[in-house]
Amino acid sequence: MCLAVPGKILTIAGDDLLRSGAVSFGGVTKQVSLAYVPEAKVGDYVIVHVGFAISIVDESEAMQTFEYLKQMGELGELEQTS
Amino acid sequence: MRYVDEYRDRAAAGRYARAIARITTRPWSIMEVCGGQTHSIVKYGIDELLPRQITLLHGPGCPVCVTPLELIDKATQIAARPEVIFCSFGDMLRVPGTSGDLFSVKAKGGDVRIVYSPTDALAIARQNPGRQVVFFAVGFETTAPANAMVVYQAHAQRVANFSVLVSHVLVPPAIEALLSAPDNRTQGFLAAGHVCTVMGYEQYVPLAEKYHVPIVVTGFEPLDILQGIFMCVRQLEDGRAEVENQYLRSVRRQGNLPAQELVTKVFRVVPRKWRGVGEIRQSGLGLRDQYAAYDAEARFGIAAYAVEEDSECISGEVLRGVKKPHECPAFAGRCTPEHPLGATMVSNEGACAAYYRYRRQDVTAAVVAQGD
Amino acid sequence: MAKPFTISCPTPATSSEFVALAHGGGGRLMHQLLEQYVIPAFRNDLLEARHDGAVLDLGNTRLAFTTDSYVVHPLFFPGGDIGTLAVNGTVNDLAMCGARPLALSAAFIVEEGLPFSTLQRVIDSMSRAAREAGVQIVTGDTKVVDRGKGDGLFVNTAGVGVVEHGLVIAPGRVRAGDSILLSGDVGRHGVAIMAVRQGLEFETTIETDCAPLAAPVLAVLEAGIEIHCLRDLTRGGLATGLIEIAESSRLHIDIVEQEIVVEENVRGACEILGLDPLYLANEGRFIAFVPENGAVRALEIMRQHAVSCAAQRIGSVSETPASLVTLESRIGTRRILDMHSGEQLPRIC
Repeated sequence: MCLAVPGKILTIAGDDLLRSGAVSFGGVTKQVSLAYVPEAKVGDYVIVHVGFAISIVDESEAMQTFEYLKQMGELGELEQTS
Repeated sequence: MRYVDEYRDRAAAGRYARAIARITTRPWSIMEVCGGQTHSIVKYGIDELLPRQITLLHGPGCPVCVTPLELIDKATQIAARPEVIFCSFGDMLRVPGTSGDLFSVKAKGGDVRIVYSPTDALAIARQNPGRQVVFFAVGFETTAPANAMVVYQAHAQRVANFSVLVSHVLVPPAIEALLSAPDNRTQGFLAAGHVCTVMGYEQYVPLAEKYHVPIVVTGFEPLDILQGIFMCVRQLEDGRAEVENQYLRSVRRQGNLPAQELVTKVFRVVPRKWRGVGEIRQSGLGLRDQYAAYDAEARFGIAAYAVEEDSECISGEVLRGVKKPHECPAFAGRCTPEHPLGATMVSNEGACAAYYRYRRQDVTAAVVAQGD
Repeated sequence: MAKPFTISCPTPATSSEFVALAHGGGGRLMHQLLEQYVIPAFRNDLLEARHDGAVLDLGNTRLAFTTDSYVVHPLFFPGGDIGTLAVNGTVNDLAMCGARPLALSAAFIVEEGLPFSTLQRVIDSMSRAAREAGVQIVTGDTKVVDRGKGDGLFVNTAGVGVVEHGLVIAPGRVRAGDSILLSGDVGRHGVAIMAVRQGLEFETTIETDCAPLAAPVLAVLEAGIEIHCLRDLTRGGLATGLIEIAESSRLHIDIVEQEIVVEENVRGACEILGLDPLYLANEGRFIAFVPENGAVRALEIMRQHAVSCAAQRIGSVSETPASLVTLESRIGTRRILDMHSGEQLPRIC
């Protein structure tokens, strides 16, 4: 299932299964359960589906899509000149 | 919006499109499993950016589309009861059952409410102790942790007037069923990135090996899908059949362990009926005995029954990727979002609705031709 | 042996005998209701124009006439209430004929048990909104219905205005080559309502954009710019407004997604709920179809007014493909905008 959106954790309260926080999605804030991301900290981005954070966005990996493209771009140039 | 807008960049999309064209030497058929990916593909016209040799097939990634007719009927029956407040995600409201949909139940006076989260349904139960609150727990593995949590909490907090109507289905058995079908045309898969965020992707390794198909775990934004397609085509061109992860920023190999733990605590794997097929072993989730009191089917004593299905619409062939929506004789004629013949036209994510909403083959060609 | 994987269809849905909520949603089903039941029964030329208001030719004056009913629930929402909507909605329909709004009627259908304090609040809002829009509420009616039969309060307003220019402003006047101007950001009202109604509260409050629109319209007309068509964006949003005009005029409308402004917090709400801002209701936004050579000046004038300070040119009109609206997406591909069947619903898939 599909619709899950990245948002930034602003505050955290509670423990374990009741752990929750205010998450900001482009300026709109919503209370989200953080029960499934126990390592998440204030300032982290999380992927949220139906009010539950299901993963922490890995910021270094997030750039990979663009780096990959650069590598392919370089390959492309090589292919064109060869 | 961070981690959203960057993946909708025009220049980067163009570069991926050119890269895919460069490496494609033969025709390939790739299926995206998730309805949300179908939505994105058609909304952003991604197949327009691909070389002609690549065919995108739209798979059964929408639980709305595969929810059995009987379950919709059970939902409408329960929702029509005067003591019930029936809570559901918006997606389910227009899926046709044998005698109408949840929207028509609402029109006739049923208390049907759309919720954003199952937690909202539980809150409604607490606020309305004199009523029975039923939540339509639909979804693939992505939604299971949320549904598990509310059942767990309802049980822990003894919210007796709450129950769930469960229609959870699992992706790997669906993929296996597709791959083992005699008319299967799919050569590579884009696996659903949010399903895998929860479950990880180890389950797909034996599938890739057994059927020799590359499976790329893919996100939902245009760049994610383009990169996923690139990675899949590259494997196909190389003759490889591995599981790769495009959606690295969200998906880890083992998935989300705390989520899996609670899902396993509340649910067990059961056979589940898929629309028109009958049962597929181990393809769904059902409540464990400990939580059986929260099962709406049992609570409302809705007997099991079989429903005769009219086979006018070709949802099945569309979902399997054998046909495209516009190849259906009823498409955009007898079957439109206003009067859908099947779930694939009703659901926002249904391939037919996506096609109808964002593109009608003949017209797009004309517009594109004009622009040249 | 594996079972063959086929999925077949449920029995075809029969056409509805009952009016459903979707028939009021501003989308395809509502249009079907009008086309099937209303327009054929009342048939006349003015109705055929299918525009927001009718312009009656009285000889040396032209009078614009319109009506709207307000059934919004909840009655009060961030930035407004049913009263502000009732005044501005009708004022705006008059403005969309290019008329100077003069006077409104106000009819109340009150449900037994509504607190007087609530009624007072709504009436005060209407009074303020009328002053701001420069109109008077000159006549009206009040009815009370049994408890349970009225959802609190329904308001109907009808309005008259004077058309002081010689133009006919209607979808039929749109021409190939016209520029399409949008007066501001979209989606705010729809999200504001949905947030309160569906219990989808956000901690950042999104307010409605409800506002009167006559001032910028009249200013553009006074500057001598030949406006071909105007449409205020209400239920069904920008997309529906454009589709209606494309279908009435039988021309092709092409718009560019990049040029359509959506406020960041509205975007965030739409992303979470799976909503498309192009189809969300607005209550203080309009589109104008003007000849290309008037577009720059029209935008300048619109931007001088607070309610349209963020006006943008979003697209243009051409001959073919007829009756269709296409959108150039952010990544440069094109798609057709189609009317939704009813109101948009939040989704998870």
